[in-house]
Amino acid sequence: MSSALPDAELLLPKLAAELKPRLTPASAMIGLYTGGAWLAERLHAMLGMREPLGLMDIAFYRDDYHKQGLKHDPKRTRIPFDVEGRDVLLVDDVLYTGRTVRAAMNELFDYGRPRSIALVVLADRGGRQLPICAQYCGAQVQVPEGMRLRLKRAEDGRLRLELERAA
Amino acid sequence: MQRNPQLNANGELQHLLSIEGLPREVLLQILGTAESFIGVTEREVKKVPLLRGKSVFNLFFEPSTRTRTTFEIAAKRLSADVINLNIAVSSQSKGESLLDTVANLSAMHADVFVVRHASSGAPFLIARHVKPHEHVINAGDGRHAHPTQGLLDLYTIRHYKKDFSRLTVAVVGDVLHSRVARSLIHGLTTLGTPEVRVIGPQTLLPAGVGSLGVSVFHDMREGLKGCDVVVMLRLQNERMTGALLPSAQEYFKNYGLSAEKLALAKPDAIVMHPGPMNRGVEIDSSVADGPHSVILPQVTFGIAVRMAVMSIVAGN
Repeated sequence: MSSALPDAELLLPKLAAELKPRLTPASAMIGLYTGGAWLAERLHAMLGMREPLGLMDIAFYRDDYHKQGLKHDPKRTRIPFDVEGRDVLLVDDVLYTGRTVRAAMNELFDYGRPRSIALVVLADRGGRQLPICAQYCGAQVQVPEGMRLRLKRAEDGRLRLELERAA
Repeated sequence: MQRNPQLNANGELQHLLSIEGLPREVLLQILGTAESFIGVTEREVKKVPLLRGKSVFNLFFEPSTRTRTTFEIAAKRLSADVINLNIAVSSQSKGESLLDTVANLSAMHADVFVVRHASSGAPFLIARHVKPHEHVINAGDGRHAHPTQGLLDLYTIRHYKKDFSRLTVAVVGDVLHSRVARSLIHGLTTLGTPEVRVIGPQTLLPAGVGSLGVSVFHDMREGLKGCDVVVMLRLQNERMTGALLPSAQEYFKNYGLSAEKLALAKPDAIVMHPGPMNRGVEIDSSVADGPHSVILPQVTFGIAVRMAVMSIVAGN
């Protein structure tokens, strides 16, 4: 099954090449923990972006807190640039329901008013529950019922997509 | 085996009543979550929507402006609605009336009760009687516990010293009457602090304090040697009137933290105090305002720690 998944390491340069001509002087990047942060670290370096990379954990903005609570220690969101007036590239590994992206946009606006936000994802698995789409997408991936698509990082830093049984 | 009244069937924190008996993982979850809330408190918009629509009732049966205020700020930064109730009770009308009060507030759809009470165990009593979706946070009960203060002390120590496993921590002063000291000592032990010392006159140390796993010093100079962290406790003025102590001057001479005594601790030692301070009684102004003091950062960290506790219990 996993042989059918696209190779994340091949999608990375493709995404970077797509993003490069669209960068503006106001561009800045934010990766969403955990997979999106790994992806953003790589893209940020490949693009040689001027502003330092922002990292975000959307735990405090999730829409299922009342059902799920805070189950694990959230990471600390760090946005080392002024969000006001920026063209923000929001980076996540897998786009599915769209709920994470909505939470991330809510959090981002508590830091300031960006000029624009574009969504960058490695894989889009469909199944949207909200009117959200990615402006930059590495690949469309079919995911069988009851399975999750996740990004993994090996010890040597290489990224790969993996299917696992949904909890 | 009886379940810890603070944890639900999955071992998750449902109420915060005491640090005693909390597993290491739960303490680390609280400290880790607080670290993330520090980021929120440094932003321009210092609010997250987590507890939107929830009601936090501050039930203060004993006055405490500072603790109540920090809980209020924490709840507001989580977008909860906060209701402050200062309830003065006569000592005769506790028991039933306490539970009646809580039942009434419960009927007003409370989600979290923050309880400060002069009687040890009052928050436990309330926790036993609330509905499953209601949560109790102990904001200080009698001489027993003050877990959020203990947690913010732990947070402060971790912030400056990173790793508990090599630390020597001294807790100095009126340990006998201090709920802060008890909470902190339990937390330090659970997180693997190798050496915890209590320093104070015999009359202000509880009998059998050694059983908490601490070493006892009556000579402050001896006890401070090589310490990484010095936690000063407030000497309550009312103790002076009893037979426990000769005078404030005498106390300061023996157990007050002066620059000269602090010099016996490690050069990078930090000095903490839960506040409010009695300058010139348990701590000299030059130390309280000096480079080793982290007393004001403790207050700032306290808000993030209380945000962490509220958001963890309210979600379980």
